[in-house]
Amino acid sequence: MMSNWVDACSTEDIEAEDLIRFDHGGATYAIYHAPDGAFFCTAGRCTHEDIHLADGLVMGHLIECPKHNGQFDYRTGEAKRAPVCINLKTYPVKVEGDRVLIQVA
Amino acid sequence: MTTRDYSMLGEDGRRAVETGLAAAEWYHTEVSRKVMKDLMQRNDKAAIVDTLILYGAMIALAAAGIALWPSLWSAPFWLVYGVLYGSASDSRWHECQHGTAFKTPWMNEVVYQIACFMIVRNPNTWRWSHARHHTDTYIVGRDPEIAIMRPPAFAKVIANFFGLVDSYNGWARMLLNASGRIHPEEATFVPPAEFKKVIFVARVWVVIYAATFALAYMIGSILPLMVIGLPRLYGAWHHIMTGLLQHGGLADNVTDHRLNARTVYMNPFSRFVYWNMNYHVEHHMFPMVPYHALPKLHALIKHDLPAPNPSIAHGFREMWPALKRQLHNEEYYVRRVLPASAKPYREDFHQTALGQVAGE
Repeated sequence: MMSNWVDACSTEDIEAEDLIRFDHGGATYAIYHAPDGAFFCTAGRCTHEDIHLADGLVMGHLIECPKHNGQFDYRTGEAKRAPVCINLKTYPVKVEGDRVLIQVA
Repeated sequence: MTTRDYSMLGEDGRRAVETGLAAAEWYHTEVSRKVMKDLMQRNDKAAIVDTLILYGAMIALAAAGIALWPSLWSAPFWLVYGVLYGSASDSRWHECQHGTAFKTPWMNEVVYQIACFMIVRNPNTWRWSHARHHTDTYIVGRDPEIAIMRPPAFAKVIANFFGLVDSYNGWARMLLNASGRIHPEEATFVPPAEFKKVIFVARVWVVIYAATFALAYMIGSILPLMVIGLPRLYGAWHHIMTGLLQHGGLADNVTDHRLNARTVYMNPFSRFVYWNMNYHVEHHMFPMVPYHALPKLHALIKHDLPAPNPSIAHGFREMWPALKRQLHNEEYYVRRVLPASAKPYREDFHQTALGQVAGE
């Protein structure tokens, strides 16, 4: 399958230790700016219920869902705190200049 | 007039899923991302101070009660100890379940486990039931934490001021779980992978209660039970008093917390015991905001919410007559009036509920 890198946002669009929502091709993603400056991308919706993570809280390398406080490690997608049990899908990210690109296929 | 089916396995729950009322998108007041991020920030300090005060006071009060036992002079100490054991445990269970009380996860977990024991709610079961309460707040057949069903069972409500119904259910469930079984309703919201944990905790609790009973038997006094177990009964009144006000007499089957939750201004003691859950509309709209930031959140969004009840007594004067009317008319509820500055209720979402009141 061809890799599909998509220009998602500028590095300036996301504060450190925060995230934004990114919609593309009928899917929704969450893009994170970690405290150490790295960028990451996961599926946008919590695996517990259909809530977008963009309104959640980033604490270090954890994203907390705004509805039920479930937590994931957004670097690996691993579910870290109930009520989430199913890991979050993650996507490769690269930074070119000041642009953040995600690989969605 | 309809008869509501509150069972998690019943017709109303099935219909809520079918119509999209379950797991729906709820109204929330607009707050900028920057402000909300600040409000959501965790810190350990506030909860550590509160927890030291709480546990310190409990130790001192129990010590005084034991020292003065069996004189009547011990009664005031037991009464306050009971409220901290049988009522503050409700709010500690709640806030730590959300993971918002402390910044440090293990601190949340320790206070959560202790509070669950005192309030007799299995920490693993209730973690999941409360998640459902936030997804489907007062959606009949979906929310397992509806405190007052329609028509209201007043005898149960009043008995619960002494913890009788909730603690009986809690202890009965503990024994069921300790025997290695899971109740079919629990199984609708607790993932099977968690069943072992539910059973393990129930067995640990049984051992603690057995040791307490054994000590009471050995010394020929109920004194050990005054410290462990009985305060769940004689100290329950405060959390029932505040808890009933959260949603009592308000709308059900709506997707706007301004219609089904109540914010009440309270005295400092009650706010300490209740850990600011008197800001209940705010808590439901933004469950990630820690208890200590709720007053700030309230000040920020109150223009968009119904006016808070100015006191506990005022809240009861509003709620109690509504509950009495629900005895004869299940559809009746108190429709909270929004200020002119608020975004109106979505009449198209809540046509049935709003129409019923308007058409009375």
